[in-house]
Formats: sequence, structure tokens, C-alpha cells
Amino acid sequence: MKSIILKTASTYLLPLLLLFAVFILLRGHYNPGGGFVGGLIASIAFVLHAFAHGLVETKKMLRFVPSACIPVGLAISLISGFVPMAIGRPFMSGEWLSVQVPIIGSIGTPLFFDIGVFLVVIGITLTILFTISDGIL
Amino acid sequence: MLIAVLLGFVFAPLWNLLGRWIKGSFSWLPALLPAGLFLYFASLYPVTQNGPLLTSTPWIPSMGVNLDFRLDGLSLLFALLITGIGTGVFIYASYYLKGHRHLDRFFAYISFFMASMLGVVLADNLLLLIIFWELTSISSYFLIGFDHEAAKSRRNALQALVITGLGGFLLLAGFVLIGTVAESFSIAQLLGTAGSLQNHPLYGWMLALVCAGAFTKSAQFPFHFWLPGAMAAPTPVSAYLHSATMVKAGVYLLARFTPMLGGTDYWQYTLISFGGITMLYSAFHAMHRKDLKEILAYSTVAALGMLVFLLGIGTQQALLAAGVFILTHALYKATLFLVAGMLDHETGTRHIEKLRGLRKVMWPVAIAGGIAALSSAGVPLTYGFIGKDLIYDATLKAINWPWVLTAVALVTNILVLYAGFQAGIRPFTGPLPDHHRTLHLPNARLWLPACVLALLCLAFGILPALTNGLAGAVASAIANTPVDAHLAIWHGFNTVLALSGLTLLAGFLLYGWFAPPEGKLQQRWEHLSPESLYRKAGQGFTWFAGKYTRLLHNGNLRSYVFSIITFIILLLGTKILTGVHLYFDRRAVVGGLRLYDVVIFVVTLAAIWKSISTNSRITAVASLGVVGYCICLLFVIYSAPDLAMTQFTIDTLTVVLFVLVLFRLPRFLRINDKLWQDGILAALFGGLISLIALGALNEPTTKETSEFYAENAYLLAKGKNIVNVMLVDFRGFDTMIEITVLSIAALGVYSLMKLRISSDNKE
Repeated sequence: MKSIILKTASTYLLPLLLLFAVFILLRGHYNPGGGFVGGLIASIAFVLHAFAHGLVETKKMLRFVPSACIPVGLAISLISGFVPMAIGRPFMSGEWLSVQVPIIGSIGTPLFFDIGVFLVVIGITLTILFTISDGIL
Repeated sequence: MLIAVLLGFVFAPLWNLLGRWIKGSFSWLPALLPAGLFLYFASLYPVTQNGPLLTSTPWIPSMGVNLDFRLDGLSLLFALLITGIGTGVFIYASYYLKGHRHLDRFFAYISFFMASMLGVVLADNLLLLIIFWELTSISSYFLIGFDHEAAKSRRNALQALVITGLGGFLLLAGFVLIGTVAESFSIAQLLGTAGSLQNHPLYGWMLALVCAGAFTKSAQFPFHFWLPGAMAAPTPVSAYLHSATMVKAGVYLLARFTPMLGGTDYWQYTLISFGGITMLYSAFHAMHRKDLKEILAYSTVAALGMLVFLLGIGTQQALLAAGVFILTHALYKATLFLVAGMLDHETGTRHIEKLRGLRKVMWPVAIAGGIAALSSAGVPLTYGFIGKDLIYDATLKAINWPWVLTAVALVTNILVLYAGFQAGIRPFTGPLPDHHRTLHLPNARLWLPACVLALLCLAFGILPALTNGLAGAVASAIANTPVDAHLAIWHGFNTVLALSGLTLLAGFLLYGWFAPPEGKLQQRWEHLSPESLYRKAGQGFTWFAGKYTRLLHNGNLRSYVFSIITFIILLLGTKILTGVHLYFDRRAVVGGLRLYDVVIFVVTLAAIWKSISTNSRITAVASLGVVGYCICLLFVIYSAPDLAMTQFTIDTLTVVLFVLVLFRLPRFLRINDKLWQDGILAALFGGLISLIALGALNEPTTKETSEFYAENAYLLAKGKNIVNVMLVDFRGFDTMIEITVLSIAALGVYSLMKLRISSDNKE
């Protein structure tokens, strides 16, 4: 499946798809989207790259094992749940900063929770797919 | 008191952390823990004379479970035994297991056990009691299996855990029953309303369940066999857990429940018959054993039977006798175990025929063993004599059949005397074999605890009035009314004295004339003994599990799906046919059908047809992907963009995953055999789901939930996308757990695949 067209296309598609994934992640609070879908789209981007260039190339490009995303994401989600407890609110209650940041919008613990979900989904999908495709692609 | 109980749990991991010093020259350090606790409980003795001491710390107040502790006579006796004998055992073990590479772990386990056991006897709440009760079973498992490299000790540890765990489970049921009926889990309150449970219609169940717990823990026939098996533990453990403390937890429980459940005919008959059979059976067994620890184990079971028997008689004399006998037995039996351990440690054998004349090389041990054996025999001037007097006094004054009970007690006492002499006197008398001449007196840390305990047997025997206060407090606590104890050596010439004399005479004659035969009798009846029945039950269970697994878990994914779907069809089908009235509105189904709905429908049908008619797996998977995309389009049309987006990405990834998996499957295989069978199943299932979906369309849906989210998503969570707000905020906790589960699944896939690859590499 090493077609030159797919190879060239995927090189350009990868950053675009990743940007799109982040876009989907960030707009999730007001419009269709969210961490889960965003994470899936990002994983598809990497899978496409692996199909075009081979698994070894993708792994080399990633520079870290995808399963490392799982504990990092879980930790971010969990910590975002604990942050409200520091100011005396119950576990996992949503807290928002009053300032509006351009592009991203308002920042709050649910956003970080969603980022955690995003990372966990990438980690899980890539771990499963890369493990199964080991030696095939 | 809470701190006193928890201290052991705190120190248990500390011993492990301090392992290097404990294995070095500070092995005496852990003994300070029980010693300190002993002094603490001893200092509380005057307080308990004026009634029970109660403390309470809130724990789960909403469920009525608090860290309530009570210290009355009964608890105090047990607490003193646990910490007092504990001190001796800790000191003893520090030398007995000297140089063992897991000495620190041993102290951790045994501290853990001590704390759990203190919890059992001090808890004033039934649920708290059961927690500590189970903790003693678990720590006992670790201690029996301490020598974990020997298969026998692992097996016996598991056996003890299974038996006591089963009892604990039944006991929990009993406690829940009692707590529900009495509307309180507090022992203090239950004691306050004592007498009301006996007339309840469920009294039989309560009695049976509590007795099941107590009998398994205290090794009553037919559950007795785990105790001799538990002798695989190091001797300090046997001395501590399996003679002085843990096995008496069942006795403690029965004593504690005497005011609440006792006094009825059922109670009497159950306890007297179980106790009586146990003591006769195991005293007879003890006589035929030749291993020191086995002899002691069976005579311990006999003593436990005696205690249950006394509690069953239930008169004030019997309760007093039980209280005194707990102390008597703990003192002499712990001594005998420690002595047996020393002989084993020094000579390397526990066979009584190989151990003779050892008084010449280790006289303090001989003195300790001798006194303990005399005390177990009930010779005057030892504490055992007082205990035996009280037992005969109790059986003679029993309400029903005093002479039968007395005869049972007499026979048991004679046999126990024999067993005690075999273990405590025989190894020290006679000629010393040549190969034992090189032996010398072991370290004082070994023989001193045994000597102290033996001297206590003697001191209490000469001055029994010393224990009047404690014995009275114990009997009062059991009976729940004040009982005065007047222990004395001399009561004048009466039947009791005659019976004591008869016991001694018969026992001495037996010791002089009877030698245990080679174990042919045992072998003949071995296949009927409760232990082999237990083992057969275990084997049967494994056999059944194997068959069952092979039937249902046969590795064929297709048959899994087949049985799951069949089950669902049967379940839903019977429910729909019998209970649910279905009504369809034809207009709702056909009306409003638009052109693109029809197009999507046709494409879906075509894709499904392709997927079942093709012979290639890849084509089938791709067609299923098309079906998935069509459903996504439906979501888009019916305005569920979030769902559509997720479904779209998921479907893409599923197809990719499928294709990757197909690479690993054999290439040529007929995939559409059994077409009819699968077709019928699929049609049934699809039809059923369609029925339910159509039926659901006509149900008046409650809009409350969706309206709540629509109104509050922005107000409470500052988000406009309700789906996402639900995921990250309202139901954020669910999402948290879901991503955790997903992570575990990913790890599972990873480890399964890597495992296979590495085994491929090996080939």
C-alpha cells in the first residue's frame, strides 16, 4: 500500500487533521465536538500516516510510545477533578475563570477534563491499533 | 482503646520497613508492642470491676457503624491473654525464627493478627466485629502459609481460610439478620434488650448462622480438621493463634451471645451435642497421634469442645467454669506448644518415640513442660485442678442428664490427661539416647516465656483467690448478671473431689499401660473423615468448573455470540409475549418519509446483502462499514451531529481494526456455512428489536430529563452543547470511570498481543 499519492497526501493531511482534532476538542463546549471525537480524529490522522508510510516511520515520528498518553491523560482528568476541592467545592464541580481567552474561549476545569479525555482516547486507540498492526504494516 | 487496637495495624508495616534491624540484633523490639498493650489492659482492670468501659468514635454514622469498643470482664480476659501470651510468643519467636530471611514479615503478620484479634474481642458493634473476625482469618492464612515454599503449608493455609471464611460468611448473614430484627448492631443495646430475640420466629436461623461461624472458627466437629492442618505453621504461631487466641474467638462469640441467644432448648442441645462430640472425638484422636504438635492440636480441639459444651449447659457454675477454663487452657496449652517447639528446634524431630530423657540436657524446659502437663491433667496445686473442679461442679449441677454429661467430661479429661503427659512429660523421662547427649540448653528467650507461663499455672493453682475478681467479671459478662467467684483448692470431701481423683487415677493407669498403636485404624476410616470429604468436594468443584468452562468458554467466538443472542431473544421474547401490550401507529412509521431516507435505506439494504453474500472477509467488513456510515447519515438528518461525528470516526477505526485483525486470521475459510441457523437467529433478533423500537415510539416519553439538561447546561455548566456538557460536567464522574476502563482494555489488548508475539518468537 505504499502509493506515492497517499504518501504525499498524508504528509500534508497529518498536520491539518491534527489541527482539526484540536479545533473539535476546543469548540466542544458550545458546538458539536468534544474530547472524545477530537481524540478519535487525531488517532485517525496517525493511522492514516501509518498506512501510508509504515508503522516504523510513524513511531519514529511520534518519538514517544502512544501508550504514554494514557496515564498523562488520566492524570490531567483526575487532577482537574481535584482542583475544585482546593477551593472548597465538591470533587469534579466545574469551575471557570472569568477572563475570556481569544480563540479558546473561557477556561475552566471541564476544559482540562476534556483535554485529558482527548489524550486518553489517542493513547488507547493508537496502542490497540499499533499493537495489532505490529508486523503487518 | 481505639488506639490500642489500631496500634498493631500501624506497627505491622513498620516492622517490614525496619526489616534490616529486626533481622539483626533488634529482634526483641516488636515484643515491646504486646508488652505495652498488656500493661495498658492490666491497668484498666480496676475500671472494669465497676461495669463495662465503652468508647465510641464515629466512622460511618449514616449506617449505624461506629468504632465502638467495650471492655468488660470477658473482653478483658481475652485482651490480657492476647497481649500477655503475645508478649511471650513475640520473645520466643525472635529467637525461634532467628536468621529466618522473612523474620520481619513474620512480625508484621503476627502484629496484624494481634490487632485484629483485639478488635474481635473489644468490638461493640456487630459489623465492626465481623470485619476484625475476617481479618483474623486472613492473617491466620498468612501465618499458616508462612513457610510458603512448602506445598503442604500452602494447602493447609488455604483449607483453614476456606473453612473459616465460609463460617465468616454465614456469620455475617447471621449478624445482618440479628441487626435487622433488633434494629441495632450495637452489642451494648442488644445486651440491654437481651431475651427478646429468643422468641422471634427467625430465632432458629440466627442460632444456626451464629453457631456456624463460631463452630468453624473454633474447630468444632465436623469442621475441626483445619486446626491439625494449621500445625504446618511455625510453632510460635500454633502456640499463639491455634491454641490460645484465635480458635477461642468462636468460643468468645458464643459467650458474648449467651445472653442474647442462649437459655433455650435449641441452644443447649446444639452446643452440648456439638461440644460433646467434638471433645470425645478429638480427645480419642489425640491419644493415637505420635507427632507432638498433632497431639496438642487434637487436645486443643477437645478443650474447645469442652468450652462450647460448658457454654451449652449455661448454668452460672458452667459459665464460671468456662471462664476459668479459658484461662487455664490458654496457660498450659501455650506452654506445651512452646515446649514442643523447643524440642523440635533443638532435636529436629517431633516424634514422641524419638524424644526421651531430655530432662538431663534442658531442665528448665522439662520443668515448664512438666508443670503444664500436670495442669492439663488437673493435679492439685495447679490451676488445671481448679478448672477441672469447676467443670465437674457444672456438669453435676446441669439441668438435664447431669450424669451423662459428667461421664462425657470424665472420659474427655482422662484422655486429655494422657495427651498432656505424652507431650509434656514423656519426652523428658526415661533414658537419654546417645545422639542427643550433645544437646544443650537453648537461649533463655526460648525457655523463659514457657517457664513464666508454667509458673503462672502453679501460682494461680496455689492461690486461686488471685483470679477471683477476673473469673467473676468474666462469668458476669457472659451471664449478663453479677456472678461472684470463690475459687478455692479445698471444698471438703464431695463428689467433685472423687471425680477428680478418678480422673487422675484412670489417666495415670492409661499413661502407664497404653501405647498408641500404629495408625491402622485411622487409615481404614480415612476416606470417611471430614477432611477427605472436604477434599473430595474441592476436587468435584474443580471438575465441574472444568466441564462448565469447556462447554461455555470454548474459544469459538461464533458460539459465544450465538448463545448470547439466543439468551437475549428468549429473555425479551418471553417478556414481550407475556407482559407487554404493543400498539403501533402506522402513520408514525410510514408518514413523513422523504427521498433521502429512502435512498439511505436502499443503500443500507444493499450493503447488508453484500456483506452476507460475499465469500471474502474484507468485502464483508467493508460492507459493514457502509452500513455504519449510512446510520451516521441518519443521525445527521435527524439532527444529532455529535452522535454522527463520533459514530463516523468510530466506524472508520473499526473497519481499520477489522482489516488489521483479518491479516492474522487464516485466509481461506467458508464464512457462510450454517446459513440457515444464523439467518433465523438474526431475523428473530432484528424483528424483536424492531418491535421494541416501534413500541417505544408510541410510549409517551417523559421530557423532564432532557428539559433539565437543556435549561441548566448553560446556567450551571456554562456550555451550549448539551451532549458535551453532560459528558464533562453533569456526568463527568462516569466519563472518568469510562476512560479508566478503556485504558485497562487497551493494556489488556497490548499484553495479550505482545504475549503471543513473544511466544511466537520462542518457537
